[in-house]
Amino acid sequence: MSNPATLSTNVALDAVKTDITLDGPHGPRPKPFFTPRRIILYSILFVACLYYLFPLYVMITTSFKTMPEIRFGNIFAPPIEFTGEAWSKAWSSACTGLTCQGLSPGFWNSIKILIPSVIISTAVAAVNGYGLVNWKFKGSEIFFAVLIFGSFIPYQVMLYPLVMLTREMGIFGTIPAVIMVHTIFGMPILTLLFRNYFASLPPELFKAARVDGAGFWRIFFEVMLPMSLPIVVVALILQVTGIWNDFLFGVVFAGTQNLPMTVQLNNIVNSAQGTPEYNVNMAATMLTGLVPLIVYFVSGRLFVRGVAAGAVKG
Amino acid sequence: MIDNTKTSVSIRNLSLSFGSVQVLQEMNLDVKYGEFIVLLGPSGCGKSTLLNCIAGLLDVTGGQIYISGKNVTWEEPKDRGIGMVFQSYALYPQMTVRKNLSFGLRVAGLPREEIDKRVKRASEMLQIEPLLDRKPANLSGGQRQRVAIGRALVRDVDVFLFDEPLSNLDAKLRADLRVEIKRLHQRLENTMIYVTHDQIEAMTLADRIAIMRDGIIQQLDTPHEIYNRPVNLFVAGFIGSPAMNFIKGDLKSRTFVADGVTLPIDHYAFQPGNEALNANAILGVRPEHVLVGEAANAVPVNFESEIEIVEPMGSDTIAWARIGTQEFTFRADAELNLEPGQKIRLGFDPARASVFDAASGERI
Ligand SMILES: Nc1ncnc2c1ncn2[C@@H]1O[C@H](COP(=O)(O)OP(=O)(O)OP(=O)(O)O)[C@@H](O)[C@H]1O
Ligand SMILES: [Mg+2]
Repeated sequence: MSNPATLSTNVALDAVKTDITLDGPHGPRPKPFFTPRRIILYSILFVACLYYLFPLYVMITTSFKTMPEIRFGNIFAPPIEFTGEAWSKAWSSACTGLTCQGLSPGFWNSIKILIPSVIISTAVAAVNGYGLVNWKFKGSEIFFAVLIFGSFIPYQVMLYPLVMLTREMGIFGTIPAVIMVHTIFGMPILTLLFRNYFASLPPELFKAARVDGAGFWRIFFEVMLPMSLPIVVVALILQVTGIWNDFLFGVVFAGTQNLPMTVQLNNIVNSAQGTPEYNVNMAATMLTGLVPLIVYFVSGRLFVRGVAAGAVKG
Repeated sequence: MIDNTKTSVSIRNLSLSFGSVQVLQEMNLDVKYGEFIVLLGPSGCGKSTLLNCIAGLLDVTGGQIYISGKNVTWEEPKDRGIGMVFQSYALYPQMTVRKNLSFGLRVAGLPREEIDKRVKRASEMLQIEPLLDRKPANLSGGQRQRVAIGRALVRDVDVFLFDEPLSNLDAKLRADLRVEIKRLHQRLENTMIYVTHDQIEAMTLADRIAIMRDGIIQQLDTPHEIYNRPVNLFVAGFIGSPAMNFIKGDLKSRTFVADGVTLPIDHYAFQPGNEALNANAILGVRPEHVLVGEAANAVPVNFESEIEIVEPMGSDTIAWARIGTQEFTFRADAELNLEPGQKIRLGFDPARASVFDAASGERI
């Protein structure tokens, strides 16, 4: 009776005692928690966590220190004189190239790029995916194949043609140009995502809506879209993080007035003048990374809820 | 009153292929107003495809479809005057039952009072009023299928199309809803085309059954005719459970010889012109038409056999014996207490049997 398996079985039985009927204990036999496998697994996971969390720890502590403390102290030590000065400097007065307004203008530029890009690319891809699945036209399969093939062409190859295109359109060096480029480059993967999702829905749903007399947009907005929350959330996460973290398109297409946060972060960190202010750099980096981080935390729960809601069968 | 003189749905030389696969071949079918037609056939024979063509959900490769005298071959589904019910219910999951029912009416732009009136009438008819504000996820299978039927009902259509509506339900519910559909048909008196591969559904519901195989209608007739006078081996074998006995032999001047056993089948109703035919043939006898023991002596064909296997079914018993060397199944009263090894006299009336040409499979 003293081996751990029996012991935990008894514990488990106590826990569900109210459910047990006269036919005795039932259900699978519970496994003990500390098997050698698990111990090894969790040890490895723990070490991996430390490995990834350590730089984060250093960044956070350093961003709250003063420069003298950084220069003379131990980088692993927590801040003695806890100060948020580096953060406010990074936000509003650090020098990014010629101007010294901190990251805040970059933040707002990024927002101005992010919101339209995410909305437009997700919306267009959703309609694409829906059309490709439910309204097959002659050559729709080829259209899709070409679109997917497009995602394998390296960005650099398309860069110059896109510069010429946007210049012709007269939007080069403006925010609309960046929005357009993000929308174009997001299209293959997002369309694939939506196409596969809509293809997994029962086709009878679409047929029933056709019999009910609904047309292309009506079915899209009233039948398909309400069922698409999980995949829309996935698309939003992909696009928000991808576009926020973009550097290349921002540098090339936005123009000097509209540089996104990532580019300005680079300008702060790599500025050649004076001694490097590690605390400001760290704070600036944390600030820039905050948006994707928040998106992950918030949408993670939404995502799970979305999947659960989408799992109900009609 | 049902006007039996006009055709409700008329299908002319309808063909449909998916790429190189020909699913429907030169199909012709006329359905009268108010008729209940059941399409019956094995999986993959094209029943759903035919139904989708009638509904306008698939573009045909050739031929025409007429509904109420109008050529609708290239019309949109909504302009055909049809309602459709699917096996998987296909209810809009994010809408309440009420919204599900009224969706088509809202699309059509009907006034609010009219929509409310029709939803009320349909939900009363199907007894789903208490469910109107629930989402489909919170309904049982039977309730979902009622709602799906209701969705077709509110649209006041001439033709109902059902694609295996009861297949996902358990046996008891299936029987209940089957009766309900029959009642609905009697009350509404509109045309119904109903796909199933359940023989009992077909037999109980249909005015006429169309037996399909590989995209071709084999026989279109009343359940009685299909059961008693199948036109070929396929139909004969497909209908009936346990399946019809097929005895191989030779037909010579109105006697049937199987493995040396001679069966006089004078009373068999030959197809006109086939009375004097001599050919390799197959004699089909339904297990439930076999008489056992004393009773066997009263019919023209009877023979001695030994029982090999007995399967008690409760009300009656299915037993396996032999005629010559060939297997012969029959259904007997459970009270007879048949035992394996028992010698018994079996007989059948050739008037109720079927004879098929062994080469073509056609009824002789
Ligand atoms: N979209 C499609 N593309 C290619 N072939 C198809 C397609 N839809 C159906 N088929 C083929 O057409 C044939 C008929 O299919 P259908 O769905 O009409 O059969 P069914 O009689 O309804 O069968 P079941 O009883 O299983 O529902 C099948 O062989 C199927 O493989
Ligand atoms: Mg089918």
